Amino acid sequence: MKKILAALAATTLMTSAAISASHSPIKIGVILGFTGPIESLTPTMAASAELAMKEATDSGKFLDGAEVMSVRADSTCIDSAAASAAAERLITAEGVTAIMGADCSGVTGAILQNVARANGIVMISPSATSPALSDAEDDGLFFRTSPSDARQGDVLADVLIEKGVKSAALTYTNNDYGKGLSDSIQAAFEAKGGTITISAAHEDGKGDYSAEVGALAQAGGDVLIVAGYLDQGGKGVIQGALDAGAFETFVLPDGMVGDSLPAAIGAPLNGSYGTIAGSESEGADLFQKLATDAGVKTDTYAAESYDAAALILLAMQAAKSANSADFKDKVMDVANAPGEKILPGEIGKALEILAAGGEVDYVGATAVEFIGNGESGGSFRQILVDGEKITTEKYR
Amino acid sequence: MDILNALAVLLNFLVIPALAYGSQLALGALGVTLIYGVLRFSNFAHGELMAFGTMTTILVMWLLQSAGISGGFLPTALIAMPVGILVAVLLALGTDRLVYKFYRKQKSPPVIFLIGSLAVMFFYNGLIRFVIGPDDQNVADGARFIFTAGDFKKWSGLAEGIAFRTTQGISIVVAILCVAALFWFLNKTKTGKSMRAYSDNENLALLSGVNPEKVVVIAWVLAASLATIAGTMYGMDKTFKPFIYLQLLLPIFASAIVGGLGSPIGAVVGGFIIAFSEIAVTFAYKKVIGYLTPGDWVPDGLIQLLSTDYKFAVSFAILVVVLLVRPTGIFKGQTI
Repeated sequence: MKKILAALAATTLMTSAAISASHSPIKIGVILGFTGPIESLTPTMAASAELAMKEATDSGKFLDGAEVMSVRADSTCIDSAAASAAAERLITAEGVTAIMGADCSGVTGAILQNVARANGIVMISPSATSPALSDAEDDGLFFRTSPSDARQGDVLADVLIEKGVKSAALTYTNNDYGKGLSDSIQAAFEAKGGTITISAAHEDGKGDYSAEVGALAQAGGDVLIVAGYLDQGGKGVIQGALDAGAFETFVLPDGMVGDSLPAAIGAPLNGSYGTIAGSESEGADLFQKLATDAGVKTDTYAAESYDAAALILLAMQAAKSANSADFKDKVMDVANAPGEKILPGEIGKALEILAAGGEVDYVGATAVEFIGNGESGGSFRQILVDGEKITTEKYR
Repeated sequence: MDILNALAVLLNFLVIPALAYGSQLALGALGVTLIYGVLRFSNFAHGELMAFGTMTTILVMWLLQSAGISGGFLPTALIAMPVGILVAVLLALGTDRLVYKFYRKQKSPPVIFLIGSLAVMFFYNGLIRFVIGPDDQNVADGARFIFTAGDFKKWSGLAEGIAFRTTQGISIVVAILCVAALFWFLNKTKTGKSMRAYSDNENLALLSGVNPEKVVVIAWVLAASLATIAGTMYGMDKTFKPFIYLQLLLPIFASAIVGGLGSPIGAVVGGFIIAFSEIAVTFAYKKVIGYLTPGDWVPDGLIQLLSTDYKFAVSFAILVVVLLVRPTGIFKGQTI
């Protein structure tokens, strides 16, 4: 009798689970800074992630025809407390089973430690690049589709040496991202024989950067490296330096690369160069087309966002469960070889392969290849501002 | 020649930017101080009022630009500003009717007004993002420079250039005009005098027949006009972004408090003190010293008192010292 009861209870549980899996949508949190310093980038990032979710839903093959629903929340990019509260709400009130985000490194670290680990929820960030996140305790829950800045510092230093730059002034936005990136640029550039004349922080959201420009100009240098945000202090510092005639060429790491910068500064920015995570793959073009067809404008980190969401979905499918504890170990499997290569727009195909028990190697829009602790190994696009447009010089 | 070069460096990177920034802060602080003098509360919504006025100015500017009207050498925003001022004044008066008038009737303590203004701030904040969005908008058109660093070098033959932007020049000139007009109004006209009387001693002013509602209306008209002018100057010189105006509230309040809350002269002086101290204390004097001393005396360091990271600490340190030594501010505050 006892056994029958237990069996009955178990079947009921299983059927109810199966019913809920096929009927109630699976919610994935999209937590990005919809307000704050990168608020001009985040709408396209979120829309790109939702593009991947829609693709999975439309295919009808995701976890036996489940619907994927995106729940957006505001990370603010700078306020760790607000971001943690938003993430907590997503998990406890909305019941999301995974998070696509967060965006800026500081809030990403905060959400990971305060919320994701406590609740055992997988996070895949499209844009947090602080080197500190590589060795953060994450219980195997944290991944990122963008490479660490330690790598970017190295690449940027190579670019500088190649361009014959001997000395450079360096300014960074005063947060985890800016500090981490500027330290790695300085270390790499000095190791290769260059000189950093000054490394000064600037605060975002202030508008007036006369003091910073003054100090940077006095220190001097062949170029000014601006490790900031294009909508924020970074733009203010460049404008101020140009107006005062202090620097002519600017070096732009990833946070500064976006179409709005040359549009705002205009011709004087021509000749400035920089690096941003990106690769020369057919995936990038496919994604571009996919997004344009869906009416989504592509901008910085849009492709990474698409890939982050896609990886979550594929890992869920591989584990046959939307539960973070089940699929967290599958993220690396679907991201890397072996398996069938999956490009943007082929999520339906990937879901089918996984459902049949096959293996996939998600390439996606940014040629995703996870290394070490689940972060993108990273290939970089070297850009040059030419004719008030951002153009690609080469990939490295 | 070396002394001139040193002077050029100082002018280009310290004096001119600080003068322009100081003018913008002074205009903002004047509005805060006027409201404090008459209504006796710190209006936290002032930054957003600046943003709102600037936003309206930008909308009118776009209209003018699409109609092919431009200011030529001067930014088109200057022509659009009167409309911006008008709309901002209407908004401020409407807010006063709907929010602050109620609390005035209740004779609420200043802290209630302050919290009320915080709510108004968030409302404006949403309104602005609803209408124009959170993005950057370019406010300045017309000629960007009065003279560039390159022009100056060619003209003077010095090694160091001085750049003077049109918007910096406009900021300074407009600030002088506004301050002069305001002081004339407060000291020479009957309405201005009644405002000062009301601010000095409310009961005595009421007994002498000053109409308090009229004083309040005029205070809002002045504050909203100054806010729009300050916001537009700031937007032209730097950039218009709603987020930045929220942040601007801190240096504006620091200016008003250092100068003495309620004192118009104090607001102007406070604005320049904050602007100059932010830049001068964190300035790297390496080049200047290099020009002023014989060649081999130049040290390796940057000769910087404080790193620019501490820029904001400077204005707050001044604020703390002033509040400790002279709590009413440099010019005895709390009266107009």
